[in-house]
Amino acid sequence: MPPVPSKTGSSPHAHAPGLGARSVHEQPGPKTLLASHDLVIDVPGRADGSPLSLTVNPGQCWGILGPNGAGKSTLLQTLAGLRTVRSGHIEVQGRALRELSRANLARRLGLVFQTHHDGFPATVLETALIGRHPYLRPWDIETAEDYERARASLAAMDLADLEHRMVDTLSGGERQRLAIATVLTQDPNLLLLDEPTSQLDLHHQVAVLNRVRGIVAQAERAAVLVLHDVNLAARYCDHLLLLYPDGQACWGPANTMLVPSALERLYNQRLSVGEVDGLPVFLPRSE
Amino acid sequence: MTRSFLLATGVLLPASLLAILIALAYGSVAIPLGDLFAVFTGEASRLHSTLVLELRLPRALAAFAAGGLLGVAGALMQVLLRNPLADPYVLGLSGGASVGALLSMLAGLSMFYVSAAAFAGALLSTVIVFGLAHGTGSWTPTRLLLTGVVVAAGWGAMISFILAISPTAELPGMLYWLMGDVSHARNPYPAWGVLVLVVLLALPLGRTLNVLARGPMQAAALGVAVRPVEWTIYVVAALITATAVTQVGAVGFVGLIVPHMLRLIFGNDQRVILPASALAGGILLTLADTLARTIIAPEQLPVGVITAMLGVPVFLFLLYRSR
Repeated sequence: MPPVPSKTGSSPHAHAPGLGARSVHEQPGPKTLLASHDLVIDVPGRADGSPLSLTVNPGQCWGILGPNGAGKSTLLQTLAGLRTVRSGHIEVQGRALRELSRANLARRLGLVFQTHHDGFPATVLETALIGRHPYLRPWDIETAEDYERARASLAAMDLADLEHRMVDTLSGGERQRLAIATVLTQDPNLLLLDEPTSQLDLHHQVAVLNRVRGIVAQAERAAVLVLHDVNLAARYCDHLLLLYPDGQACWGPANTMLVPSALERLYNQRLSVGEVDGLPVFLPRSE
Repeated sequence: MTRSFLLATGVLLPASLLAILIALAYGSVAIPLGDLFAVFTGEASRLHSTLVLELRLPRALAAFAAGGLLGVAGALMQVLLRNPLADPYVLGLSGGASVGALLSMLAGLSMFYVSAAAFAGALLSTVIVFGLAHGTGSWTPTRLLLTGVVVAAGWGAMISFILAISPTAELPGMLYWLMGDVSHARNPYPAWGVLVLVVLLALPLGRTLNVLARGPMQAAALGVAVRPVEWTIYVVAALITATAVTQVGAVGFVGLIVPHMLRLIFGNDQRVILPASALAGGILLTLADTLARTIIAPEQLPVGVITAMLGVPVFLFLLYRSR
């Protein structure tokens, strides 16, 4: 049985295009890490869709679910200040995002991209070490402590033995873990991760997401993850944002969002629902 | 980082001094080392003093400064475009400078105006190439290289046209300028000033460039203000290229060979590569010019011939290796 929608939020059942957002209106508080106010992201050639008013508070782990091309990455990059908004505005820790300098912003939030470009040859350790860039002044040279942080991040991502390897010799999954290690070195308040587990084996998927939960459990930390695996989202995220291809969206606590009919509409795919370890499990039906 | 910085400067600084000494000692007349030192203590013959202090020293210093500037310009452009093939010569900047210089030679203007026109031509070419390749989006390396190559071809046609209509008496000077020629460089000190300034600017910018080399989006996510930094690199690279070609003409490939070799040896930290490129570029051009003066002495080769003979195989090798 799908969980009962919470009192404050509307059920995703009610979602229909043109009706606007169905949302849980959680008001931004003094500790809110990220808040968007009537945010409309700029996806070229698409109508405005639902204005997003999200509030990400410390201790929360948000998942963004949606089909290909729904604008998940665009949303994540907009929240990181890397793309201009079409309308609305974003606040990071109570301050308007566009008023923060890049370096200041990079100490508050860090983004792991879906794809990684390595222009020139570099080692694994050098790559993890650039996460310290936002903390160093122009004349500063990385200290022993910076190296220590980078090595600790590599160890957390199971890459400690590879620190002298050249990045272009890594496998896809290793490269992805290195990108996550870099953001761990950056150690921002808010982690924005774009499909962080897409190339990882089962063990490393769980290891990465456990690590994210561990960080979120610390003071003043939260995470927003774009995921394609509904079941991982069900297990690791406490809040979900469903992003439909037409730009409509609904969001709220995970248990109010994990409704089979809503997910079927989201992915345009019939689902079978089961239960494992007290959590719902969704599998695509093959017919 | 600190270790490779010390290693690079520890090797390249003495090598720079050695290169300048070699440039002073060799040429149409070889001067023994003892006589060379005598020049500096004031005990040498008048001929040797004039030769070393008034002819070879300014020329060696000019070659060193221009080579250093070209090396740094190449390294900066390669970071900007995230492409190891970027080089002022390949991108058509030298072509613009050549057209400017040749036109003013054709008009019979003095060396000062030839230099000024070369400077303007290099800047004009930079604006054309980078402006067109930038368009509305960002600098995509392929588009930029292609734009540079096509614009360079256009300058090439104009150069041929100017050569065709020029009086025969002007031709040797023009050809020498086109192939790179240090012999006109009289006052190396402005170029040295620019070189020192640029290296001092590049050092604190180095780590930012390291991050920028990983792509504009990643750099922005790590706190780099991408647009201002890119424009700074672009303007600095254009100005120093213009300064260098004004001194020595269209010398090619220094900006290509030097940073590439240094990356193979010292890794890819821009805080090491940029100052090392200044020194190694200087060494390369100083030695190339010495060779150009010596091989068929008392006749001289254009120094651009030497750098091109080295540069073309390196460029082809890089292109071959980059799939």
